[in-house]
Amino acid sequence: MTDTATGEAPARLAAEPARAAPAPRRARLWRGVTPWLFLLVPLALLAVFTYAPIVNMVAYSFTDWDGVSPELRWTGTGNYTELLTRPELFEVFFVSGYYLAASVVQIAVGLYFATVLSFDVRFRTFFKGLLFFPYLINGVAIGFVFLYFFQDGGTLDSVLALFGRHPDHAWLGTPVSANVSLAGVSVWRYTGLSFVLFLGAIQSIPGELYEAAELDGANRWQQFRHIIAPGIRPVLTLSVILSISGSLSAFDIPYIMTGGATGTETFVIQTVKLAFQFNKTGLASAAAVVLLLIILAVTWLQRRLVPDDRVDLV
Amino acid sequence: MHRRTVLALALGAALLASGCTGTGGSAKGARADAPTDPAAVSGTIKVLTQRTDLVQDGTMKKYAAAFNRTYPKVEVEFEALTDYEAEVKIRMNTENYGDVLLIPAVIKKNDYPKFFASLGSTAERARTHRFTGFTDVGGKVYGQSPIGVTPGFVYNKKVWRRAGVTRWPTTPAEFLADLKAIKAKTDAVPYYTNFAAQWPLTSWTYVDGSVGCDTGATTKLATGDPWASGADLRVGDTLLYDIVHQGLAEKDPTTTNWEASKPRLAKGEIATQWLGTWAVIQFQDAARQAGTDPADIGFMPFPAQVDGKFCAVVGPDYNQAVNVHSPHKAAARAWLDWFTDRSGYAADNLAVSPLKDAPLPTVLKPYEDQGVTFIELDDTEGAAVKEIDDQSEIGIYKPDYRQDLVDLARGARKGDLDGFLGGLGERWADARRTVESR
Repeated sequence: MTDTATGEAPARLAAEPARAAPAPRRARLWRGVTPWLFLLVPLALLAVFTYAPIVNMVAYSFTDWDGVSPELRWTGTGNYTELLTRPELFEVFFVSGYYLAASVVQIAVGLYFATVLSFDVRFRTFFKGLLFFPYLINGVAIGFVFLYFFQDGGTLDSVLALFGRHPDHAWLGTPVSANVSLAGVSVWRYTGLSFVLFLGAIQSIPGELYEAAELDGANRWQQFRHIIAPGIRPVLTLSVILSISGSLSAFDIPYIMTGGATGTETFVIQTVKLAFQFNKTGLASAAAVVLLLIILAVTWLQRRLVPDDRVDLV
Repeated sequence: MHRRTVLALALGAALLASGCTGTGGSAKGARADAPTDPAAVSGTIKVLTQRTDLVQDGTMKKYAAAFNRTYPKVEVEFEALTDYEAEVKIRMNTENYGDVLLIPAVIKKNDYPKFFASLGSTAERARTHRFTGFTDVGGKVYGQSPIGVTPGFVYNKKVWRRAGVTRWPTTPAEFLADLKAIKAKTDAVPYYTNFAAQWPLTSWTYVDGSVGCDTGATTKLATGDPWASGADLRVGDTLLYDIVHQGLAEKDPTTTNWEASKPRLAKGEIATQWLGTWAVIQFQDAARQAGTDPADIGFMPFPAQVDGKFCAVVGPDYNQAVNVHSPHKAAARAWLDWFTDRSGYAADNLAVSPLKDAPLPTVLKPYEDQGVTFIELDDTEGAAVKEIDDQSEIGIYKPDYRQDLVDLARGARKGDLDGFLGGLGERWADARRTVESR
């Protein structure tokens, strides 16, 4: 209906200039509204499934709700005071150190393979697929697979036995060994993601630059140092941010594999336990808000320290 | 810029308003009375259950068909939930949580009348049924467990016999000596913790009552230190510690596998596990599948005696209840009663029947022969215990602190047993003070 009205406007404009005057205004109005109409559905979804839960969570963090009871009391900032006066709740962040160290390995390995595979290598596509594959597997499945992998006499022990080594080591047995093993699993899982991000960035660097560099007699290392590294800086920064926030909020792999036992409890596992084991939904919501703030702060700090400059290679 | 902030604010306010809707609708005093005329009851009811296995293999359908012989006009639908506790907990924020369901542990006892319809007066029901005290609020019953379970050690008789043990150990020290004999004389793992599966460790809390043969054991948890010298939990936890500390448990607890542990015990690769009567039938099935003799699966009480007699606590499993919002309360009640009293579910699971006059299951025949005393714990303080437990974040019905205990025992955690249990006692006492001052 309205569409035809705007469609006819130019014809009417010619015939009756006096009456046509409001039409462009209406057309302008429609032009303004149309993108919002298209955005209506995604925005509604975003609001319902992303922001409403966050608002709810923040609201719960000021109550003593247990998760089911119809009665909940407003406790003000009580939950936050409790959190901040219990330093043992933040001790679990030490575990994040393992994941942080692991993400250094992950970025290094991802960067190495991305660089190598951006040049002409035999079976290039095959290796790309091979490296990216672990990232496509569901985290729960990975957890279970690696439980068998680390089992006493499991895959890892069998493989080591092939090389004549019999370490007889309980891989998930001590806090250090368990955390290193779990962080290793997360390297295995996320290297593919880093790799793909770097590869995409490297491939967006114009090919002539390499050609020119080669003519100037630059070797592979010099090419990496002076063309690739500066060319992918924004993606590198992004990867570092992702891996820091990922390390602080590590959850699925340790939760499935050890459930937080033997010193592998991370902050998110602790929060989940507060909410669903001890029915302190209010306190757990406050913990989640605190984690969110910590991650935001770390990201902000990082952006300040390493400003995101425009890449200008030419 | 300005327009964007306004929009964001409006959006936020709308969400805040929608987010803070309460979950009222408490029909106080709602009852689900037993129907008098089976032919007159009609309606479709939905039964929530944690037994995914029985729904998948059609066993529940068979029960429903048998039920329909008495109640032809009631249609029963089942919904099996894999992670029962977590899923039902969320659904209970609405009114739509089935017609018949199992009461999740998270619901506070005093809230039962808000969620479930009453099944009648406790005094009356207690004459015929067990476990009525566990769901009693203000003299009315709100749920009924269809089976009763007794905690105990599931063991492989052949392995124990091969180690030269023919009678049940009567003290923890004797039990440890027997496990040592098993380690020395057989290839079996003397005791399997099932550490990685987590929940098997929680059964150690059910030593409560078995040690001191005291029906008031739960009340003691609410009023005293569960880890005081000689207290039931301390005796149980010390035994678990000693088993692991003396190397009588599996070599690597962190990668255990519950499903695999069943055939391994049946085949004699594992000698013992602390579980409950409900587990026996599962191990017997595993034995049948592994081609070994199901009769080798034995069951023994906790190694402690009072006046020369063992003691076994009979307790309820999940209690079944009727949703207070159910539009078919009569049909739901009919199903609950039929399933408890007449379905044969308890006998099929080799469990103790909730009916007081029913005979004991065959697994417990050796108990009868040895004159084991059966007791039922008084649960008046059960709600208080749960509240203290949540407040203290210890989790006596959760695996965490026992995982820490096992880690401590095998040296993966610093500290000693006395300090560890003493610390738990302190946290418990602090939490009790907080709960009492509320």
